[in-house]
Amino acid sequence: ISMADTGLVETLLRRVEKVDGGLDSQDVATSLGVDHQAIVGAVKSLLALGDVISAEQRSSKHWELTGEGCEIAEQGSHEARVVSSIPEEGMPQSQLMKLAFGKVGFSKAMSNKWIRLDKGHEGGPRIFKTVEHLEDLVRDKLLLVQKGQASQLEEKEKNELKKRKLLSEVTVKSYWITKGSCFSTTITKQETELTPEMIASGSWKEKKFKPYNFEALGVAPDCGHLHPLMKVRTQFRQIFLEMGFTEMPTNNFIESSFWNFDSLFQPQQHPARDQHDTFFLSDPAQAHEFPQDYLERVRKVHSEGGFGSQGYKYDWKIEEAQKNILRTHTTAVSARMLYKLAQQEKFTPVKYFSIDRVFRNETLDATHLAEFHQIEGVVADYGLTLGDLMGILHQFFNKLGITKLRFKPAYNPYTEPSMEVFSYHEGLKKWVEVGNSGMFRPEMLLPMGLPEGVTVIAWGLSLERPTMIKYGINNIRELVGHKVNLQMVYDSPVCRLDS
Amino acid sequence: MPTVSVKRDLLFHALGRTYTDEEFDELCFEFGLELDEITSEKDIISREQGDTKAEGASDVILYKIDVPANRYDLLCLEGLVRGLQVFKQKMEAPRYRRVSPASSEPQRLVITEETTAVRPHAVAAVLRNITFTQERYDSFIELQEKLHQNVCRKRTLVAIGTHDLDTISGPFTYTAKPPGDIRFKPLNQAKEYTAQELMSLYKTDSHLRHYLHIIEDEAVYPVIYDSNGIVLSMPPIINGDHSKISLNTKNVFIECTATDLTKAKIVLDMMVTMFCEYCEEPFTVEEAEVVYPDGRTCQYPELAYRKETLSADFINRKVGISESTEHIAQLLTKMCLRSEVMSDGEQIEVEIPPTRSDVIHACDIMEDAAMAYGFNNIPRTTPRTYTIANQLPLNKLSELLRQDLAAAGFTEALTFALCSQEDIADKLLKNISETRACRISNPKTAEFQVARTTLLSGLLKTVAANRKMPLPLRLFEISDVVLKDESKDVGARNNRRLCAVYYNKSPGFEVIHGLMDRVMQLLEIKPGQGNGYHIQAADDSTFFPGRCAEIFACGKSIGRLGVLHPDVINRFELTMPCSALDIDIEHFL
Repeated sequence: ISMADTGLVETLLRRVEKVDGGLDSQDVATSLGVDHQAIVGAVKSLLALGDVISAEQRSSKHWELTGEGCEIAEQGSHEARVVSSIPEEGMPQSQLMKLAFGKVGFSKAMSNKWIRLDKGHEGGPRIFKTVEHLEDLVRDKLLLVQKGQASQLEEKEKNELKKRKLLSEVTVKSYWITKGSCFSTTITKQETELTPEMIASGSWKEKKFKPYNFEALGVAPDCGHLHPLMKVRTQFRQIFLEMGFTEMPTNNFIESSFWNFDSLFQPQQHPARDQHDTFFLSDPAQAHEFPQDYLERVRKVHSEGGFGSQGYKYDWKIEEAQKNILRTHTTAVSARMLYKLAQQEKFTPVKYFSIDRVFRNETLDATHLAEFHQIEGVVADYGLTLGDLMGILHQFFNKLGITKLRFKPAYNPYTEPSMEVFSYHEGLKKWVEVGNSGMFRPEMLLPMGLPEGVTVIAWGLSLERPTMIKYGINNIRELVGHKVNLQMVYDSPVCRLDS
Repeated sequence: MPTVSVKRDLLFHALGRTYTDEEFDELCFEFGLELDEITSEKDIISREQGDTKAEGASDVILYKIDVPANRYDLLCLEGLVRGLQVFKQKMEAPRYRRVSPASSEPQRLVITEETTAVRPHAVAAVLRNITFTQERYDSFIELQEKLHQNVCRKRTLVAIGTHDLDTISGPFTYTAKPPGDIRFKPLNQAKEYTAQELMSLYKTDSHLRHYLHIIEDEAVYPVIYDSNGIVLSMPPIINGDHSKISLNTKNVFIECTATDLTKAKIVLDMMVTMFCEYCEEPFTVEEAEVVYPDGRTCQYPELAYRKETLSADFINRKVGISESTEHIAQLLTKMCLRSEVMSDGEQIEVEIPPTRSDVIHACDIMEDAAMAYGFNNIPRTTPRTYTIANQLPLNKLSELLRQDLAAAGFTEALTFALCSQEDIADKLLKNISETRACRISNPKTAEFQVARTTLLSGLLKTVAANRKMPLPLRLFEISDVVLKDESKDVGARNNRRLCAVYYNKSPGFEVIHGLMDRVMQLLEIKPGQGNGYHIQAADDSTFFPGRCAEIFACGKSIGRLGVLHPDVINRFELTMPCSALDIDIEHFL
């Protein structure tokens, strides 16, 4: 409360103290003869102190004089002024009409019969007054309104004055002020914040504190933020770790066609190996080291068959296998890991996972980029079944909050059977594809040297798609790459996939 | 995945019943197909070329069905209907038979030595007394196109030519000649052209121009003549106009030329098995004889039926079910794999028809059994495989550092691993030769010329895209760059980097230096020489002279920090000073 207002505030408080019910701020202003806005200011300062007073806003209709009305209240009505300006000997009409109030006042005074007109007077029409004393009712009524006593007038009278543009009806906002639960006529200065001195001296006990505005937002903490896609990656890693899966070393974006395709029994003429689908390298263009006997078994199974397979019966070329590419899937790493596993003296069951970048030389659109993250899970053990694959997928997707799954037969060169995983999307009210899965083909596993009875089940999905669904992003460029809006990163919530 | 478009009512008529869209979608799902779209010719034209062009087009309902890439036997209405009818046990799978001509020698196709250089293989067959209708004819043409696009790998592996046998006379010669020596009237053209002229004529043909590269640079082009010197076709580009088939054609000569003989046999088998249904004697195909340059002869089509024996136990164990041998044999028969229980009651003899070239291993048979059983009827079980999880140490370290960098007030960026050469060299005032960058040979745009060798350019591009955000901007990324490395089998390796930038009205070297100190603290490395860390002035063209230092930890150089060169700032279209930190975190494993 500023010092200047203090007097008014205290006056207002004393007025409030005296009344039983409450009072209207407009009335206070009138009776104190101050501007209503000053009273409103005093009410607001008191409200900020807590429950000293309570004030309820109300609005009321109220009559006010117009500019012309004010003039009349001061100087009399036009007709009265006409009468008082005419001397005993009368006045030429033309002279009267020159006065500001002449025209209006003349006709009103005529109809009131306060004057008469002698048209035949020598020297032109002349006006004479017919009364000595008159009652200027219009002015009296306006004076009543000016004093705030408009209620003494009849509705009809007020409307008539309104028609003459002497009165207007305005809406007035005011406060109905009553005592609050902590009403007092003296005001203590309020503290804004607790200080160390107050704590030390205990003075806080005596002080009143200015209330906080809990409607306002707090100050944003000065902090860093993790990227939403990486937050989702962390959650997927967590899920795999909870399920006992070991992370594969996928930090090799450049891969030979051999590990990316040939080792997976993907034929050399397969469209995925086309220039239009895969990024090939010009430098370093070729890989130069392969496990030779394994490479020979791969060549054989492609070109001649074996391991129970007819093979593809084509001319397998080492030159195709040597071509370096940007890996098109992390399954290239799974192949390396399974080959490594097969070289162990004794087979041990494994569960592997990875989440890392893969690259496709594809046409780009709102949901496809040249690089994205692939999530992959692999289990190798004796006697695994298709039912096991579906069971493990069920558990995996359960952890993502996806409980309704169904499986569609599909084709993939390195898995047989292959299954597309669909989940029921409650929002879209339809089944949507959420991943791919299958059992690795014997033509892939047996040349590696894995034992005959070992089955390897695997599945994969992209990291971007569930993230886009989770965060409601429609264009992948709003999520990944340098064009993302950092505000999106700043504002992204924590990631709980199952809620 | 190839998409086959079939007329819905024609399909339902052939299936002998109607389905609602939902029912048919469900049937497709079960059978491994996908009802991709329900449309009409009118819809398609109006979507692609506007409503006015679509006026008068057919509004017959079309089903667009996605077919697995290895199921060439489902690429036309005839095949789809046969597959589904057998699956629903409405009919038995037909047996396809190769027959000799009733009263004459078989048609002969003689391959000459010259083809070896360009397209060495050819196979052929005859569909005798076939009856086409408009729909059958359209389907016949459409199947060739589908096979060309898929198994034929856009005609590189195999090209199909079909001819009205009654307009030509054998024996036929498959040879190769210099382009100037080949002259004929090609399909739907009014006059004769030499092969050379054709190649330039088709340069602008929206369809054929995609195949020209297959033979364009060869010294000789493949060509097939009849005994009177009439050109049947110039594979893999175009057929001759003379022998073109029509609705009235009764006898069709089919030739497939190829660079891959196995695929040629498959393609020929597909063409004849799909359409021999319309021959006077259904499901028979008249053989043709192919004579090789060395005098060997072969009869085609092969139409080979192969037998495999496997046990019910194998299928039960792999799928995770326990069905009787008889039931499994029934399931396989539903998938066009005619199966019989053998005398021991355990083994099943499975016959793989010529239409199922996708079945090359027992696992393919097992899949068909699982499909016929219904994937979604298989009980879902939990494997008992017991394993202990391990994190990759490098990823574990990265995850821990990411958390603490964010706690230090820096925000994580996620930038692309591929970029332009300019991004990693010119814009950073570096010469590309000093970057050890791996180059991509077939980028569609400059954004994919190289694999990044630094995270810095991605972060600066992120800053540039966010110039409107309040300053300062503090960004970091922990991710891989790729460097050439002769010691690796592929000649390159990834390198895990930590990069951070501070962008503000003042360079804030002290901020980025403080971040580096904090990282070292997190890694438990104390300031100092020897086993500690220290920085010393260094020259680096990316940084402002005198404002760059090299970071040493445990005696090894691990990266740099400093204030970026004003030219770097300009080249990334930035306006404020910026300091940066770039370290290799693999030293801390």
